[in-house]
Amino acid sequence: MSIWEYANPVKFMQLSGRVQPWAWALTGISLAIGLVWGFFLTPDAENFGASVKVIYVHVPAAMMAINIWGMMLVASLIWLIRRHHVSALAARAAASVGAVMTLIALMTGAIWGQPMWGTWWAWDPRLTSFLILFLFYLGYMALWSAIENAEAAADLTSVLCLVGSVFAILSRYAVNFWNQGLHQGATLSLDAEQHIANVYWVPLLFCIAGFMMLFVALLLLRTRTEIRLRHLRALEQRERTA
Amino acid sequence: MRALLLRDLRLAVRGGGGFGLGLVFFLIVVTLVPFGVGPESGVLARIAPGILWLGALLACLLSLDRIFALDHEDGTLDLLATAPIPMEAVVAVKALAHWITTGAPLVVVAPVLALLLHLPSEGYPWLVLSLALGTPALSVLGTFGAALTVGLRRGGLLLSLLVLPLYIPTLIFGAELMRRGMAGMAVQVPLLMLAGITTACIAVMPFASAAVIRMNLRQS
Repeated sequence: MSIWEYANPVKFMQLSGRVQPWAWALTGISLAIGLVWGFFLTPDAENFGASVKVIYVHVPAAMMAINIWGMMLVASLIWLIRRHHVSALAARAAASVGAVMTLIALMTGAIWGQPMWGTWWAWDPRLTSFLILFLFYLGYMALWSAIENAEAAADLTSVLCLVGSVFAILSRYAVNFWNQGLHQGATLSLDAEQHIANVYWVPLLFCIAGFMMLFVALLLLRTRTEIRLRHLRALEQRERTA
Repeated sequence: MRALLLRDLRLAVRGGGGFGLGLVFFLIVVTLVPFGVGPESGVLARIAPGILWLGALLACLLSLDRIFALDHEDGTLDLLATAPIPMEAVVAVKALAHWITTGAPLVVVAPVLALLLHLPSEGYPWLVLSLALGTPALSVLGTFGAALTVGLRRGGLLLSLLVLPLYIPTLIFGAELMRRGMAGMAVQVPLLMLAGITTACIAVMPFASAAVIRMNLRQS
């Protein structure tokens, strides 16, 4: 019994079918708790007013945008090394979720930045590197949809993901060097002495958990769709040749 | 390998258009900028480093799809894959040929075009230095992009979408090196970073490009 057993599409479909409802339920519960608590039951911040509440969407979305790319990197490596089709399809399924998360983070950031910094957009290192990350997502997705041969598409996008990861990190440091930022530093960390005030922190954790479960649920859903599509195409082909 | 390099160079020079096209494109970009932002020399001098770098980058991008497309169409690439030299070497030679026909001429022409943009005189050595250091990275990264899209019929637009994000660090450090050099500030960080990116790209990217070419050849 090892985790690689679930690289078998049939096994994966069985397991994911069973896990999926639970993932959706957990998403609903933690997002409901986090968002309701965050939006309605926390006080307005001193200098920020009600606009502080955008962090309940902004921070989790931004975290997931980065983590999803990391997950794609791992899935691509698994595909290149062990050639499990489920892994390649999962990477493909994650990409569009990641792109949307990046877009949400950028847009909620703009909505927050307008009243706070007086501008929708600044060429701040954090903002810029998120825009660059968004471009990488777009290129990755475009390459997937451009190549017809499924196996070649998985191969090429995996290599692009590896190279893209290196350059995304490089760009992050390059833009840091290129311009000074308006954006505040990290709000959450495991070892910091001081977090943001606890009233905001706990609902934020619920929201982060909710976004993570949302990603898991969407990922399972989309991967299952991809597997079924692949299966369908194989059946069609068999019918044509028979 | 030398035979391959000479063949690629000859094809580029004699094959009509490919060789000079990038330079003409560079000239056009630089000509169009004053129409867009107005002819005041103060404004032009301020944005000249950025415009020259962007123009060089776009001119480089323009000729990328030629690197493998023709060879893929007429089957030369399959022959090269079975040739006794490794694919990594083929890819490296292709990138070198691309740099000699595109990057190097850009470095030579850039100071002349900088005149049109009223670049201050202390900018010229930095312009040549930063382009000379940066353009090899552009060629090597572009070869990777060209290798990714070699099997596609309409890969041109996709190629730019894939390659341009990879160019960002090179562009940032290249343009920053020029700006700091002109302003008389310390240039060590961008200079070393630019040189580091270029050497790392030259060292690593041929392996990635060769792997991608092999994947592309396997499917057809």
